[in-house]
Amino acid sequence: MNLAVTVRIAWRAIVANPLRSLLTMLGVIIGVGAVVAMVAIGQGARQAITEQVESLGSNLLTVFAGTQQFGGIATTGQVRTLTLEDAEAIQEEVPNVTGVSAELQRPAQVVFREQNVYTQVSAVTPQFPAVRNFHPAAGSFISDADMRRRAKVAVLGQTVAGELFPDTDPLGQQIKIRGVTFTVIGVMEPKGATGFFDRDDVVFVPLTTAQRRLFGIDYVRTIYVQVTSPDAMPDAQTGLGDLLRQRHRLGPTRDDDFSVRSQADVLQAFTGVSRTMTLLLGGIAAVSLIVGGIGIMNIMLVSVTERTREIGIRKAVGARMRDILVQFLIESVALSVSGGIVGILLGVVGSRLITRLAGWATLISPQAVLLAFSFAVAVGVFFGLYPAQRAARLDPIEALRHE
Amino acid sequence: MPLIELENVEKVYQMDGLEVPALRGVTLTIDPGEFVAIMGPSGSGKSTCMNILGCLDRPTAGTYRLEGVDVTTLHDTALARLRNRRFGFVFQSYNLLPRTPAVENVELPMVYAGVTDRRPRALAALDAVGLRARARHLPTQLSGGEQQRVTFARAIVMSPAIVLADEPTGNLDSTAAGEIMSLMERLSHQGMTIVLVTHDAEIAAHARRLVQFRDGRIVRDEPLRRRPERVGGPAG
Repeated sequence: MNLAVTVRIAWRAIVANPLRSLLTMLGVIIGVGAVVAMVAIGQGARQAITEQVESLGSNLLTVFAGTQQFGGIATTGQVRTLTLEDAEAIQEEVPNVTGVSAELQRPAQVVFREQNVYTQVSAVTPQFPAVRNFHPAAGSFISDADMRRRAKVAVLGQTVAGELFPDTDPLGQQIKIRGVTFTVIGVMEPKGATGFFDRDDVVFVPLTTAQRRLFGIDYVRTIYVQVTSPDAMPDAQTGLGDLLRQRHRLGPTRDDDFSVRSQADVLQAFTGVSRTMTLLLGGIAAVSLIVGGIGIMNIMLVSVTERTREIGIRKAVGARMRDILVQFLIESVALSVSGGIVGILLGVVGSRLITRLAGWATLISPQAVLLAFSFAVAVGVFFGLYPAQRAARLDPIEALRHE
Repeated sequence: MPLIELENVEKVYQMDGLEVPALRGVTLTIDPGEFVAIMGPSGSGKSTCMNILGCLDRPTAGTYRLEGVDVTTLHDTALARLRNRRFGFVFQSYNLLPRTPAVENVELPMVYAGVTDRRPRALAALDAVGLRARARHLPTQLSGGEQQRVTFARAIVMSPAIVLADEPTGNLDSTAAGEIMSLMERLSHQGMTIVLVTHDAEIAAHARRLVQFRDGRIVRDEPLRRRPERVGGPAG
C-alpha cells in the first residue's frame, strides 16, 4: 500500500477531530518545547560562562588558598595560607610571569549619604586591571602609592556607581565602607551580567587598606598570575608551585596548602557543571515527552475502538494486517511529529522570550532540535505500536458488526 | 471447474465456553456466472456461510475450494489477497468509509492491490452504477440507494470472480431496492457470479437459483425460473 495514501488517510483522521488531536499532541508539544528550551538555556549558560572565563584574560593561572575541591573548583573558605608577599615573590621569582593580582573579596555595606548598597568589596592590587582585563572608565585605578599608604580610596563598579550616585558624579565623593570613609577615585567600565552574577556589582579598594583598616587580616584569597604565552603555562605552574611550597615551608610529605588552576581547568569545571544541568533539565523534559506518548497511546486506543467498523471495511476489501498496522502507526507518528514540530517552534520562541524577559543567554543547537524531534518520532512509534497491533489483529467479521 | 465447492463445512462458535454450532455440514457448489439467492430464518447459518464464502471466516471442519484451491489452509495475508481480488462485498449497511468521497471509497480495494491508475477505474465503476456525477459526494450526502450503488461500484472495481451481497436491499425502500436488483441482474447478465443473502422472497426471485438454510443445513437447493409468481419458503 502506497505511503502517500496512508499519510493522507492519517491526516484526514487527525483533522477530523481537531481539538482532540491538539490535546493529544499537547503532551509532545510541551515535552519537545521543554527539551529545546531547557537545552537552549543550558547551552546558553555554558557559552556565557566560556566567554566570561575567556574574557578574564588568557594565559592566566589562578592560585587558591587551600586544596578542598568541589567539581574541580577549590572552595577556599577561610583558609589563610596565601599572602600578598607570596604574590610579590611569584612576580619576582617565577620566570615568564608578566603580572600578578592578589585579591580578597568580602561582602559589605557601602553607604553614600542616605543611599546604601550591600555589595562585594574586592580588595586588589594596582596590577588588577592589566591581569584581569578590567579597566576604569573614569578617574583612575588604585596606584602603588595608594597601596603603600593604605589609602582610603575606592573604585566603583558600574552597578554600585549607578545605585549610589543616580544623578551625581561619583568622582571625589566620600563613601563609607563598614563605617570607614573612602574617597571615590574611579568608576570601572561595564562588564555586564554574563551568566548568573553581575560583575559590575563591586567596589574595589587597595588590598593593604582592606586588610588593615576594614577586615583586620593579613591573607589573600586568590592570586591571579598572568603568563607570557600558553606555552609557558606548564613551566610557570610548576615554578610557582615549587616557590609556594618553599615559602610555606612544606616538607616533601606534606600536601600543598594551595591549588593552582589554569583557565582551561576552570572552563572545564564550569562546562561540566552546565552539562550536568543541561542533562538534568533535558531529562525532566524527556519525562514529559514520555507522558505525552502515553497520551497518544490512550487516544489511539480510543481511535481504534471508534473506527473498528472502518477497520472491518478495510479488511473486507483486502487490507492485510500489515496495512492496518502501518496505517495506525503512521497516524500516531503523524500526531507525535506534528506535536514535535509545534514543540520545536514553541521551544525556539520560548528561548527567545526567556532571553528577552529574564536576560538569560540561550543557544538553540541543531543537535538538540534534532534530538527532540527524533525523540518525538520514537515516542509516536513506541506508543503507537500497541494500538496499531490491536487494530491489525481485529477479526474482520466482529469489526464489521461493530456499532 | 466449479467456482466454489463447499464440502461438509462446519462452523462452531465458542460463546462463553459454550459450543454453538452455526453450520452443521454444508455442501454447496457454485459455477461461474450463477446468480444464487440464499434464504433462511435468522440464525439459520446463511450469514456464517457468506462469511466463510468471502474468506472473512474459516470453517471449523470441512473443505472449501475456490477455483480448485483449498483456501482453509491459507494464511491471513493470502486470504486478504483473495478478498481483495476475487471477491466484491456488498453489505446491508453499505459500509462506506465516512468523511470519504464516493470515488475514494471505490478506490479503496485498488489502494490495497497497489493499482496505480485508480481514479479512471473508480470513475468507470461509478459510471457502471450510474453515479459518475456523484463521485465527489460524501456518503452522508448520498441517499441510501446511492450509497448502496457506490458499494456495488467498490465491489466490482477489481473485476472479482464473485460478488457477495448480504441483504443489500435490507435498508432500502422499494424503489431503491428495485434499482439495486436491476443493477444485480445487469451484472449477472454480464456474466458476474453473484451470491445474494436475503429475507425477502421477492428479492430472491431475481436470482436463478435458490438455496434455503435452516438450522445450519441446506434444506432446499433448486433452480428458479425467470420471474416466477411466488417463491416458497419461510421469510423470517
